[in-house]
Amino acid sequence: MATLARKDAYADFPVKKVSLYFITLGFLALSIGTLFGPFQALNYANINLYPWLQKILPFVKSYYQGLTLHGVLNAIVFTQLFAQGALLYLQSKEMKLLPQMGMAWVAWWLAFVGLVLAAIPLLMDDATVLYTFYPPLKGHPLFYIGAALIIVSSLLSVYLSAELWYRWKKQNPGKPTPLVSYMSVVTWMMWGVAAIGLVVEAVVLLIPWSLGLLKGVDPLLARTLFWWTGHPIVYFWLLPAYVVWYGILPKRTGGKLISDPLARLVFLAFLIFSSPVGFHHQFADPGIDPFWKLVHTVLTMMVAVPSLITAFTVAASLELGAREAGGRGVLGWIKKLNWRDPVVLASTLGAISFIVGGAGGIVNASFTLDYVVHNTTWIPGHFHLPVATAVTLTHIGLAAVLIPHLTGKPLVGLKYLRAGIVLWFAGMMIMAVGMHTMGLLGVPRRAWISNLAPNLEGIYASSAIWMVLNGIAGVILFVAAILIFYPLFATLLQGKRLPPEERPEIEFTEAISGPEGRRSVMVMDRLFFWWATALVIVLVVYMPTLIRIWSTFVSAPGFRLW
Amino acid sequence: MNKHVIEAYERGWTYFSLLMILVFLVFIGYTLSGYAFYVPDAARRIDPTTVRTGGFPEPGVEEVAPGKYQVYVIGQAFTWLPSEMRFKVGDEVTFFVTSPDVQHGFYIHGTNINVQVIPGEVAKVKTIFKRPGEYLVICNEYCGIGHQNMIGRIVVEE
Repeated sequence: MATLARKDAYADFPVKKVSLYFITLGFLALSIGTLFGPFQALNYANINLYPWLQKILPFVKSYYQGLTLHGVLNAIVFTQLFAQGALLYLQSKEMKLLPQMGMAWVAWWLAFVGLVLAAIPLLMDDATVLYTFYPPLKGHPLFYIGAALIIVSSLLSVYLSAELWYRWKKQNPGKPTPLVSYMSVVTWMMWGVAAIGLVVEAVVLLIPWSLGLLKGVDPLLARTLFWWTGHPIVYFWLLPAYVVWYGILPKRTGGKLISDPLARLVFLAFLIFSSPVGFHHQFADPGIDPFWKLVHTVLTMMVAVPSLITAFTVAASLELGAREAGGRGVLGWIKKLNWRDPVVLASTLGAISFIVGGAGGIVNASFTLDYVVHNTTWIPGHFHLPVATAVTLTHIGLAAVLIPHLTGKPLVGLKYLRAGIVLWFAGMMIMAVGMHTMGLLGVPRRAWISNLAPNLEGIYASSAIWMVLNGIAGVILFVAAILIFYPLFATLLQGKRLPPEERPEIEFTEAISGPEGRRSVMVMDRLFFWWATALVIVLVVYMPTLIRIWSTFVSAPGFRLW
Repeated sequence: MNKHVIEAYERGWTYFSLLMILVFLVFIGYTLSGYAFYVPDAARRIDPTTVRTGGFPEPGVEEVAPGKYQVYVIGQAFTWLPSEMRFKVGDEVTFFVTSPDVQHGFYIHGTNINVQVIPGEVAKVKTIFKRPGEYLVICNEYCGIGHQNMIGRIVVEE
């Protein structure tokens, strides 16, 4: 009988079930990955809790293994799975069409199997290569194969979204794509171009090499292919949050988007400028011509523009809603925002952190400034703002509505969740101050500095004060994580379901200036053309360098040094 | 607020954003043209398996002219060779850095000498030491279980 009841819950719109599976698997990965976060923060407070952690979790051998789990599960697995679930559902809902359900389930199973395969060597300390897995550090083949399956799953999501869009366009000739669907399909198309680098790296180099079919890999070639994907992956994490900020957040505060066409232009700019920018992660690399580094710098700076527009537009939409609700004064309207709504609370705090994160990102992208911060704690201090705060909080906020919406189960423990969101924001901001400053003082990232050799003790003493902030932040974030994961999982695990009319609805934002009758909107709607354009630009900025490196292929044998 | 007013603000902000980015790019171009000799260059590609068997010079400091030095550095798990170097204030030093095993990061603490050490590449980077003191050479790319202990020293005397 129970099975029957469960079937009924999704019968009206079966995409709900597959989306829920994606989102739940994503949060499972996030909850495990997050567990290691406080231990890393404490490492940068010069407190080494790994010997103690090992007593509870005997499989954890080192800080570096914990860091690998943290990075892979949070940044790669969670973000992708949440995007796969949430975007697929939002697009299907807005278009009132079902995606190809069989294919959607294949995508979920691929991601699940890939995650399990990759998790085995990760947990056994056989793939402690961090989430950048730079060769010639050589992990167990299952790690690369599992990771590749997860990427293949994401490519099926590209297909699902594009196919759904194409079908809708055929059924609605001459009509502009609805906004949230437009954002969703553009996000996936961007990822389709971005993922090529990682796919080639994994399939042509890493998997054959780890299986012993290839004697060595070219580390610079692998790095360059990695960063082809490695920077735009950040936008692949970010754009689903932008979908929420544009498409859902203003509606929940009673506001409206100012201009629908401008929102489309922002996403189109991401489609085109997200990928040809990877060399700004390789400013410190020898073997890449400074001319091409400069080209990537210019394009990276361009990709800041759509984010700057977003900062204005989203804030203006919130202000419109708050003034409608009686807000007054230059900043007084902020009090009128619907802070009790977890979507509003989490997204808005996330967006605030993104302002700081974006400014730091411009520093990183600045060719000549980057040498001051490259591979210092400045870098993780930076990306914990856009990714671990802006994106993750936005997803948590959306999940608080989406999970009850999809399952019909009422949200449990909203007040814990709200407290958790605020603490998460506070902890991340405190940690960001600590890590950015330590980075400027020259402390390296990804280093087990709480476990220095005795003759080196005290080499980072000039950062002592800032290390305290990391320690405080680690403790705050640990509490925040419990306050957030408890309500989400308790909601999922309960048996109770609301009658259909009491289930929370998800509504999309309207715009003051809509898309109707705009020629620009119809031009922007020619998505296959823009997709091809994005691909051509990436090829132009990468091919000269890749061909040059490939034609002088250096065969470096692998090492296991952990 | 009137729709046209908001749209005008939004357009204005968009132009301001573009202008701001343009100004940043001008700054980057200016620093690149004048000061950026610390941008690492590739001396050549190298077979990493030959680094310790004659494919790369013996690690050490070589004076090529008065006050001008060339230094051959090997970064390997988990030490720098040479692990300690001495210079005088004002010396112009060109480092050639490579790795026989995995990637490392050649970062001279408190400076903008920050180079990715990649097996297969000989990185070349130049600096002039202006302040006396002891500088740490910190490996800032994860290279294995002893990564945090991969620290060398440069002493710059008056």
